[in-house]
Amino acid sequence: MSASKSEPSKNKSESLGAYLGGNLKQYAMIAALVVIVLFFQFQTDGLMLLPNNVASLIQQNAYVFILTIGMVMIIVAGHIDLSVGSVVAFIGGISALMIMQWDVPWPAAVLLSIVLGGIVGAWQGFWVAYVGIPAFIVTLGGMLLFRGLAIYFVGTTVGGLPSGFNSLAIGAVPNWLGFIGNLDAVTVVIGVVAALGLLIGQFRTRRELVKNELRMEPFAAFIGRIVVGIAAIAYVTYLLASSADGMPIVLIIVGVLVLLYSFIMGNTIFGRHVYAMGGNLSAAMLSGVKTKRVNFMLFVNMGLLAGVAAVVTTARAGSAVAAAGQNYELDAIAAAFIGGTAVNGGVGKVTGAIVGALIMGVLNMGLSIMNVSPEWQQVIKGLVLIIAVAFDILNKRRGK
Amino acid sequence: MANDTTPILEMRGITKTFPGVKALQDVTLSVARGEVHAICGENGAGKSTLMKVLSGVYPYGTYDGDIVFEGETSRFKTTRDSEDVGIVIIHQELALSPYLSIAENIFLGNERAKGGVINWAQTNKQAAELLARVGLSEAPDTKIMDIGVGKQQLVEIAKALSKKVKLLILDEPTAALNDEDSAHLLELIRQLKAEGITSIIISHKLNEIAAIADSTTIIRDGQSIETMEMHGAEPVSEDRIIRAMVGRDLATRYPDHTPTIGEEVLRIENWTVHHPNDPSRVVVDQANVTVRAGEIVGIAGLMGAGRTELAMSVFGRSWGTNISGKVFLHGKEVNLKTVDAAIDAGIAYATEDRKHYGLNLIDDIKRNTSAAKLKRIAKLGVVDANREITMAEQFRKDMKTKASSVDMVVGKLSGGNQQKVVLSKWLFAEPEVLILDEPSRGIDVGAKYEIYEIINKLADSGKAVLVISSELPELLGICDRIYAMSQGRITGQIDKAEATQEGLMRYMTQEKSGATR
Repeated sequence: MSASKSEPSKNKSESLGAYLGGNLKQYAMIAALVVIVLFFQFQTDGLMLLPNNVASLIQQNAYVFILTIGMVMIIVAGHIDLSVGSVVAFIGGISALMIMQWDVPWPAAVLLSIVLGGIVGAWQGFWVAYVGIPAFIVTLGGMLLFRGLAIYFVGTTVGGLPSGFNSLAIGAVPNWLGFIGNLDAVTVVIGVVAALGLLIGQFRTRRELVKNELRMEPFAAFIGRIVVGIAAIAYVTYLLASSADGMPIVLIIVGVLVLLYSFIMGNTIFGRHVYAMGGNLSAAMLSGVKTKRVNFMLFVNMGLLAGVAAVVTTARAGSAVAAAGQNYELDAIAAAFIGGTAVNGGVGKVTGAIVGALIMGVLNMGLSIMNVSPEWQQVIKGLVLIIAVAFDILNKRRGK
Repeated sequence: MANDTTPILEMRGITKTFPGVKALQDVTLSVARGEVHAICGENGAGKSTLMKVLSGVYPYGTYDGDIVFEGETSRFKTTRDSEDVGIVIIHQELALSPYLSIAENIFLGNERAKGGVINWAQTNKQAAELLARVGLSEAPDTKIMDIGVGKQQLVEIAKALSKKVKLLILDEPTAALNDEDSAHLLELIRQLKAEGITSIIISHKLNEIAAIADSTTIIRDGQSIETMEMHGAEPVSEDRIIRAMVGRDLATRYPDHTPTIGEEVLRIENWTVHHPNDPSRVVVDQANVTVRAGEIVGIAGLMGAGRTELAMSVFGRSWGTNISGKVFLHGKEVNLKTVDAAIDAGIAYATEDRKHYGLNLIDDIKRNTSAAKLKRIAKLGVVDANREITMAEQFRKDMKTKASSVDMVVGKLSGGNQQKVVLSKWLFAEPEVLILDEPSRGIDVGAKYEIYEIINKLADSGKAVLVISSELPELLGICDRIYAMSQGRITGQIDKAEATQEGLMRYMTQEKSGATR
């Protein structure tokens, strides 16, 4: 494709150095993730990247991935949500009760749980958007309120959930294609599809840029990103395909959500309005953005995702626990900020937040394998959060 | 006092430069002891800058020239330094804390205390004495938010008195006051003069100046033009002041333009708007405005005349409460309750304050360009990013916006180029009526010319253009017809052929009948 444009004119294409400088934050985060992974790989004598460990890394942190998607949107719009941990406990409890006591078939219970999440979100969104109470207060109230309701309904635990339900969090996609060598064929197929999707998507984007004679990144960076991306997909696919169970179902759920929400934030009017409000609320209002409705929808959406996270959390435990979801809100908020979301709103990406969540997850797992005690794990994670945001702020200040 | 003939204040050769702009150039000001000295000038002439230099807001060393106060050369590093010698400035926006009491506000930063512990008896007693001096009967523990803005102004003066003020500077003290409160305030200034306190008053209201000032200094384009004795052999007329305020050559030039004027597009009838925080205050009063296709219509007015408020209230009621009146587009009445509806109806409003209300400074050119009408490039809520880039690119070329690409962050552009992005944004929304509020504010002369050319082109393409501007030469240079506003009312309408700066300024300073003495 580059034949016609083999030598992009100087004003159309940046130099590689300028490009990397301008996108420092984006790449620094991924680089940090790689460095951390390699550090643990070395320190744990290769235990870190054992296939089964990678699979359980994904399963353990699925709730963070799911919650942080909604959280990054909320933070970009200039709000915060402190209630998601309690909401997860509340909805998780109700989902278990539906299945165990109210005789709701588990697939229907899953759907109803997500709907319930939307209703919880609408409740909070109403206070934030239409009454005008700061989200910090509304969701602080929600944190107490839904924790209380969780305890009221659940007591302590509701257990004995059906295995079909539990497999949402701990199961793998059934191996109905057999093995290629010792690799699970289903996983390999999914990996190939993902790699092809990346390749085609990147080339299509670039072709459009060429067609419209627009400026683009240097060709080396373009190819480099594709090569690195496909290599990463191939490696993860290889690890998962050789793990005990193959492709975790929850990774499919997370993957679909990441793609969907990246699209919403990047390509829809709604997403644009969220960024516009976070960047300059007054200007957004004077551009005709219905700010109240957008705020309301953001909280409904956070509720829906909390519903999904509740199902995943409950399924992973195999039972609903009233004390579930402790500190989940903090995990999601930390992941969003480590992933480059601006403290004052207006800037932040779903993919960035996912990288942030991965950094936190890798830290958790690596430190556990290294037998670092939980109190020191907390200290280290706290420092990582502060350093990540400080890096962001200093980088911005230097940019000025 | 009478035998002390040396001036209380002399400012000599004051020059203050901001990056790229010379705000003050060799300004001289001499204020006699015990007088009321008025400073007059158009918006942006440099009056407030001069007062900020005097009061230490701009510290010694950041300007050139000398300040001599009571015979001593002053080098104020902070406003505290100037207050220590008895110079107190009361800013246009009052600096009171609404949730604290009158007494707490008066002694804020200057507390009646011993060892950090406040003596409330002293605080309230002294506050009551000061309140009596300014003619307020409120209890000292009344909260600021519970008294009107006129009384708040008096509290500011009481606060100044508590600092043993010798020279009191009032920046547009009556701009936010009703007639009665204004009269009361002017009376108080007279009374302070009798007590030996010298005042400098910055005002647009010429009748007030005539009523109260002993001498008047005119500032124009950052220079002191002249100082007039108000009670000299020949009395100074308002016309005389106006001539001095506007009497410059048209240094900037305007592109030639022959309008092609069509049918009426916008008509505003009996439009009345009240202040959102003080619904008893009428900010726009029975305004009637029409704009035809291809016509560039100006609105002239001094600060606080209600021009922006008129525009924003029409633009989807984005300002004000208790709005009444009618808006017609192409002769059909429309009821535009939201900004969204106004944009859909074909109205665009480009704000005077692009940084706070116009642009998302942390986002790029293309996304700012499309922000007001994303649905134009979207299908089922999905934005066509490539179309966005190509269209933004087209606007960038048409407007000659200087930027490396439409991916450039708007916050990094110069003022003129930011303004071009604002114009792109509103043209992207395909309006029929374009309201431009101070379209050339804060941009350099060359870029201004380009902006005027764009405005002309817009009119030629059949759009109805309404321009709000504080620069009279600009209105005279680009408009086909000009309305003048004063105190919320449209006080006059002049065609281009008959318009002069003096004529406009007369309408712009016209008071309501029965106003201040």
